[in-house]
Amino acid sequence: MSDEGEAVVAAVAAVADRLETERSHLTDLDSAIGDADHGGNMARGWAAAAEAVAELDDPEPMAVVKTAGKTLLSEVGGASGPLYGGSLVFASPELEDGLTAESSVAFAETYLEKVQDRGDARVGDKTMVDALVPAVHTFKKSVEVDDMEPVAALSKAVAAAQRGVDFTVPIRASKGRASYLGWRSVGHQDPGATSTLYIMEELLDVATAYGEAPEELPDHAESPTIPDGEVTED
Amino acid sequence: MVGLVVVSHSQTAADGIAEVAGEMGGETRIEAVGGDGQGGFGTVADNIEAAIEAADDGDGVVVLVDLGSAVMNAEVAIETSDVEAVIADAPVLEGTVNAAVTATSPKATVESVREQAEAARGVEKL
Repeated sequence: MSDEGEAVVAAVAAVADRLETERSHLTDLDSAIGDADHGGNMARGWAAAAEAVAELDDPEPMAVVKTAGKTLLSEVGGASGPLYGGSLVFASPELEDGLTAESSVAFAETYLEKVQDRGDARVGDKTMVDALVPAVHTFKKSVEVDDMEPVAALSKAVAAAQRGVDFTVPIRASKGRASYLGWRSVGHQDPGATSTLYIMEELLDVATAYGEAPEELPDHAESPTIPDGEVTED
Repeated sequence: MVGLVVVSHSQTAADGIAEVAGEMGGETRIEAVGGDGQGGFGTVADNIEAAIEAADDGDGVVVLVDLGSAVMNAEVAIETSDVEAVIADAPVLEGTVNAAVTATSPKATVESVREQAEAARGVEKL
């Protein structure tokens, strides 16, 4: 098993553990503005994904991510299956040549593109996209413009995702089941943005353990919650 | 003959819709799929893909969906499958009935069946 493959298998296991721990919290968030199944669905799906990737004979990053995604698709169902699982499957070929700063950025961008395409959501709709867009833009900018190491860049991206989650609280949902609630969705944190943050936090933990520790802690004061898009194109 | 797949969050609802449409659609092949695969409500891409393959006899498949995630999971199933399949943007019951009748025509194609399913959007009941 390659070190990289081992790291990705460990990441899937870490995400599965975290989502099991957060099962009731995510369900509580979802019961406020959705159908109260996000915690159970995610915990069940990622547990199955962790089992599936542990059984791979030669777990290279692309195969691990693809297997995890396919398992989520068949186990999670609902909207989370295609959004989390389908997007992993779609983005997995970006990791064909292994984990590098460049392939990680390409993977993150392709994943985001698929989530937005499939869910047709934009920043401000009160969905997982509110966490994902600032995270991916921050990751790309940190690697490509600020020349940061991938683990340090991921640490900045997690901080951006956290701001995105906070941003979902005061806004009104305009996508997904929460949108049926209209103004009553205001004041509730989005469960999809929250689980996206948890997944990224676990990726950072595992990446830190396998790679170099971040050189500096993320600066929460910098980079807006919603990058204007041009930030990443510089 | 163009096949049909009915996707609902409830297997019971999907079966019922297929039953109603089957009365009008004669020989039309209609597969009903629904539920989260765990005995609850939901939709699962893999199960929809299996239904698309079961409904296809070489002429393609039109997929009728109910709400929300049924659309996303049907999209994933179509992308994964080798069968020529399209989603009809139609009310699921009325659209399935229209599609089932249209599919009985010897000239029916995936496109003509989808068009007739989508024509059900304009049907007024009062």
